[in-house]
Amino acid sequence: MIEVSNIQKSFDGQQVLKGISCVFETGKCNLLLGGSGTGKSVLLQCIVGLMKPDIGSITFDGTVYTNSKIDIRQEIRRKIGMLFQGSALFDSMTVAQNVEFPLQMLTPDMTPADRRDRVAFCLKRVGLENAGNKMPSEISGGMKKRVGIARAIAPNCTYLFCDEPNSGLDPATSIKIDQLIHEITHEYGITTVVVTHDMNSVIEIGEHIIFLHQGKKLWDGTKDDILNVEVPELKEFIFSSSLVRAAKKVDDESVGGMAAITDDAAHGANI
Amino acid sequence: MLTAFGNFVLFIRSMLSRSERFKVLWARTIDEAMLIGVDSIFIVSIVSAFIGAVTCVQIAYNMSNPLIPKSTIGFMVREMTILELAPTITCIVLAGKVGSSIAGGLGTMKITEQVAALEVMGINATSYLVLPRILAAVIMFPLLVIMAMVLGILGGYLAGTLTNVMGAQDYIEGIRTDFVPYNIVFALIKAVVFAFLISAISSFKGFNTRGGALEVGAASTGAVTASIIAILIADFVLAAVLL
Repeated sequence: MIEVSNIQKSFDGQQVLKGISCVFETGKCNLLLGGSGTGKSVLLQCIVGLMKPDIGSITFDGTVYTNSKIDIRQEIRRKIGMLFQGSALFDSMTVAQNVEFPLQMLTPDMTPADRRDRVAFCLKRVGLENAGNKMPSEISGGMKKRVGIARAIAPNCTYLFCDEPNSGLDPATSIKIDQLIHEITHEYGITTVVVTHDMNSVIEIGEHIIFLHQGKKLWDGTKDDILNVEVPELKEFIFSSSLVRAAKKVDDESVGGMAAITDDAAHGANI
Repeated sequence: MLTAFGNFVLFIRSMLSRSERFKVLWARTIDEAMLIGVDSIFIVSIVSAFIGAVTCVQIAYNMSNPLIPKSTIGFMVREMTILELAPTITCIVLAGKVGSSIAGGLGTMKITEQVAALEVMGINATSYLVLPRILAAVIMFPLLVIMAMVLGILGGYLAGTLTNVMGAQDYIEGIRTDFVPYNIVFALIKAVVFAFLISAISSFKGFNTRGGALEVGAASTGAVTASIIAILIADFVLAAVLL
């Protein structure tokens, strides 16, 4: 479990995060939802340690991360896997070398044979068992995201962070990536945090949703509750999605609503 | 200016803290040495040979007095090549080639979040990416400068003899006259200092790239400009202090 307490962050006098407190539950896909410029990515970067919050604390399974000694921070960082918005694969390495890299750096005791086995397992898990020798420039955007996931899970991460995993992908590929993240979260019992503004992801994988607006947390709950919220900003945000409007209409007609849409999406329906 | 210098000092300090394991650092240094050193042999060879040749011809043109022995041309080519042309001109050329490559490479890694990916893994990105580049430059630049010295003097020999401005015997006599071994040491000290300045400044510029492709280009240009200015200042300071 990751606990975020009263996180505040300013840039050039402008407050981007205004005292956010929330909990990301273990073994679930936690979604940080919000429009552009609401502070989702900044909060994510504060949690993973790429930025230092001005005020507030972050705790990983009871261990305080912010302002702790470098050894403790390093120990926590080694349990973190992250999928970046642009995948952030190392250009000079092949797909297999990208996945092997964290193993080489973080687990020096592992033998080369064990590393190769682990790389093969991770690539197979994300459906890229035949792409190990390709360079990142030779694969598609969706494949890059899969490699990013394989690299994140290779060293047995405890926490998986995904920064807009669907950006730049077509809807069908987006659903596949969402499903992969969901499966991996439950398969390994890891704590997953996904930053998104995509309502499709909410429907697909959102088990615990935290809605941010103008640097504040306005709401958190499950996807089953989200259609009935009374927070105006959240209503405006979610009903801007045609998919949700369709779901709401179906819900009003009592045929299953969000659950029906989710089932359709899971079966690859053309949304 | 002071803020930039302060940030540069902090950058170097962060590079030296939490270094990676020696095995990793060594492997990375060898890789970088290939890119920085071996890939620069061609351009350094061409530049140094032609500069030696031009120096010889121009000195001969300005020394037509029959009272001055022809061997003086060889002596002057040697002195100029060892003291200034080989270390300084070679390093200015390398500032353009290696400096822009370092700044562009690191800048691209920065804007495509590859540096952030390293940091998230708990790896000190500055140490992992920058320290091997600086070590590789400090090892390879003196070797390239030695090569430039040899080729510069050889270029002068070929130019002098092929254009008939002087005989081979005079040239060889000139380059053997009053040789001061310390000058070689001085040139190598300059090469080490210039190597550090080029690699560290270019890495700093690359690491602080923000934005997109346009800013990567600006970082490369800025790295080359700042490196050349630093080389010229250091050249003067070293000459004043060590000669």
